[in-house]
Amino acid sequence: MGRLLAFVPLAVAAILGGFFLWGLNPDRDPNNIPSVLISQPAPEFDLAAVDGLETPGLSRADLVGNPGPVIVNVFASWCVPCRAEHGVLTQMVEKDGLTLFGINYKDKPEDATKWLAELGNPYERIGSDLSGREGIEWGLSGVPETFIVGSDGTVLFRYVGPVVGDAAISTFTEALVQAGALIRGQNG
Amino acid sequence: MRNITFAFLLLLPVMAIAVEPDEMLQDPALEQRAREISKELRCVVCQNQNIDSSNAGVARDLRILVRERLVAGDSDKEVIAYIHARYGDYVLMRPPLNRATLALWLAPFVLALVSLLVGWTVISKSRRKAAISGFSVDEEAEIARFVETNTPKGGS
Repeated sequence: MGRLLAFVPLAVAAILGGFFLWGLNPDRDPNNIPSVLISQPAPEFDLAAVDGLETPGLSRADLVGNPGPVIVNVFASWCVPCRAEHGVLTQMVEKDGLTLFGINYKDKPEDATKWLAELGNPYERIGSDLSGREGIEWGLSGVPETFIVGSDGTVLFRYVGPVVGDAAISTFTEALVQAGALIRGQNG
Repeated sequence: MRNITFAFLLLLPVMAIAVEPDEMLQDPALEQRAREISKELRCVVCQNQNIDSSNAGVARDLRILVRERLVAGDSDKEVIAYIHARYGDYVLMRPPLNRATLALWLAPFVLALVSLLVGWTVISKSRRKAAISGFSVDEEAEIARFVETNTPKGGS
């Protein structure tokens, strides 16, 4: 017993050290808030189209009954990372033939229209969330955020922040493969 | 420099209040309830700050939502449950006791118990050691015999 007791400080140091190592891991993001929506049906919402844009609005009903999983991207013209992400999403639509829906978050319709005219509009539907009220339904903490929704209307994946850079794109592509929207290796 | 510091200190109490006048409810009782609820809800962008004291946009939206729910006639618990359903355990300043948080809640008691146990063992061990002179029974007997034979008989 006495001998064992001598190892107690070592054990305590090992446990604390392990905890610190885990905390220092650069891959761990303490800002990462687990979403309650994963594997849950997408929230009930109904958003009108962006004023002055031909793209139709987006509601819960549009997420159900699609041929495959769809991407729902929350964006705004005032959000700088969204601009960087826009090209990645456009490529996913043009190269991989994925369906992309948008939620225009707290954005002036004229700004959003101008932004899309400048960068191109890969969105099949865009709902305008002027007040940010529907964003709360999605458990939004900021823009951009991107969801993958299954054809039955179940939220399969959520990505917080811009899908930009190799790490983010490979994470997101892997999620698309898992969801069945992409076949592995298709995205080269 | 000193003046700037002083002006900053004067600003401090103002900065702690994030609730803007246009958000507040007319009914002071409801507003008071909204303030109390807001203190129980964590801001999702600023971490470890409740939405009552946060200036973040989402925090403001949540404060307005809390007031909307209160006006709609929700009880305090219903309002918190409404937000909890959308943002999960994370938004609660006091983590609920469930399977995921069991370790969090029990750790202090387990650690206190372990440290008490270790402390008690160490102390009782050192007490027992102090009582023993370090000689075996045979050695003690030999010492006694030695003292006996070398003590001058009949006093001085």
